[in-house]
Amino acid sequence: MALTITEKIVRNASGRSDCRPGEIVTCRVDLALLLDSGGPRRIWPRLKELGVGVWDPERIVLCTDHFVPAVDTASAAILKLTREFAAEFGINKFFDMQGIGHLMLAEQGFLQPGMFACGGDSHSTHGGAFGCYISGFGAIEMTGVTVTGEIWVPVPETVRINWEGEFQHGVVAKDIMLKLCRELGMNNGGVVMEYGGSTVRAMDMQERAVLCNMAAELGAETGIVEPDEVTLQALRDAGQQPAADAIEWCSDPDAVYKTRLDFSSAELEPQVAAPHAPSNSGPVGDYRGTKINQAYVGSCVGAKLSDLHMVAEVLRGRKVKPGTRLMVAPASARVMTAAAADGTLAVITQAGGIMLPTGCGACAALGAGILAEDEVCVSTTNRNFKGRMGANSASVYLASPYSVAAASVAGELVDPREMLGSPP
Amino acid sequence: MSGKAWVFGDAVNTDVMAPGLYFKSSMEEMAAHCMEALDPAFAKRVKPGDLVVAGESFGVGSAREQAALAFKHHQIAAILAPSFGRIFYRNALNFGVPVLRFPAYAEVQAGDELSVDPIAGSVINHTQNKHYLVDPIPDYLMGMVNAGGLMPWLKQRLAAGEIV
Repeated sequence: MALTITEKIVRNASGRSDCRPGEIVTCRVDLALLLDSGGPRRIWPRLKELGVGVWDPERIVLCTDHFVPAVDTASAAILKLTREFAAEFGINKFFDMQGIGHLMLAEQGFLQPGMFACGGDSHSTHGGAFGCYISGFGAIEMTGVTVTGEIWVPVPETVRINWEGEFQHGVVAKDIMLKLCRELGMNNGGVVMEYGGSTVRAMDMQERAVLCNMAAELGAETGIVEPDEVTLQALRDAGQQPAADAIEWCSDPDAVYKTRLDFSSAELEPQVAAPHAPSNSGPVGDYRGTKINQAYVGSCVGAKLSDLHMVAEVLRGRKVKPGTRLMVAPASARVMTAAAADGTLAVITQAGGIMLPTGCGACAALGAGILAEDEVCVSTTNRNFKGRMGANSASVYLASPYSVAAASVAGELVDPREMLGSPP
Repeated sequence: MSGKAWVFGDAVNTDVMAPGLYFKSSMEEMAAHCMEALDPAFAKRVKPGDLVVAGESFGVGSAREQAALAFKHHQIAAILAPSFGRIFYRNALNFGVPVLRFPAYAEVQAGDELSVDPIAGSVINHTQNKHYLVDPIPDYLMGMVNAGGLMPWLKQRLAAGEIV
């Protein structure tokens, strides 16, 4: 029987010879990602209540990212408890203040094609770029995974989304996702978004991760990209050997999809999502001239090295507009180091950008850079719900790193293509 | 037993249920700000046994379990919506908060007296004198739901030696 990559992974993890979309099955978990936010502080008291330990410390990756660095005694206490949990249970894959967990999995090469993994954060879908099934769950369910190494999932249907052709300069994966949020809505429960086509094949892993990360905004079970040589090379670059069967985890040519969608990348314009939902999006021209107080470059989806390169490309030889503040929180320590070494940080700071510590930061109103009443921010992050980045009356516009950098220079939303020598 | 309906629109997200600004606070403090950005009266006036009725994709957004816990804290009897955010739906079931898919949500007015039987899949609107049948919770999950949620279920399975 012809299957999609996701059906193959779920079938394998469930140990069943057959499973059909809509059924609920219990899967063995190859890897569990725990974060400081919904990790030890919520799981440890439950383990004590149950009188048990963790099922397999080698299959758990623990990262501090939401509350780093501590800004008050409450966040300091959460981080302390997280470190104590790692020591108590012998979690060797513990990354303390090294970056956002979703990036840690990618940088360390922990995700192999065909794996079934879980994360205690909705944007765990990020890792689907490696051709594995990884989705986000609440801390109560991650407690169950930590104890049993198992979780139930509905066998999802798959939506195949093909993007063909080349982007215009200044258009990137983030623009794809803001457009898809508008076109598909945020209520796609029970389906997996499988991305393909020549545009996706040409993307590096950082851009593929954007497509999978924001499958969370589509309300999907997760997002996935079939593995290819780019995937295998990323694993080798991370110091890991790709599994022998890695490249075989692909959808069959006659696999059954719920729907197939085809898009042309050459026609895509830079997109902006207006307050207060990622689905409230349109071409950047629709929002041109919207004045901003803050431009924010941060989060798992929008502060990878490739994102910082986009920001620097716009800022080179330009200045952040007086009265506007640009803040940049690199998504990992490795990104910070690489951006320092290749001159990217110098370009950003000479333009007037302020560097913030690595971590989830202001994206979920937890770290530096949160907004006051009635302020307006344009952000490379993935959510702009009311109150998401601070005060309830603040407005957040979502856009690509190119568009956010361009807005910081103009003090208002503009088409980044105008600053990239590729006017529309 | 019946309760009052609190009615909300489409796409109510987890950030308004459990605002990030109170993420480090106690559950009491977090619950006091539940839905504040949409209706500041909710957390102040909601009573145990009241129900939440909402539009499409209720609980869209993050994995934060405090979103579902906030409603448990307020002892909401059930949440009725035509569709739910994926993780919110799972979290609510795991905490024993009945979440039922309810396509007729638009017929309910704020303040209507409702009663719900989540096991039979029955919703009664006493104010409007209407009776609805809704899909029950999937069979596969009934073991956990009957146990009262994930923690009691894990305790049962540990005691029975089903988890090694």
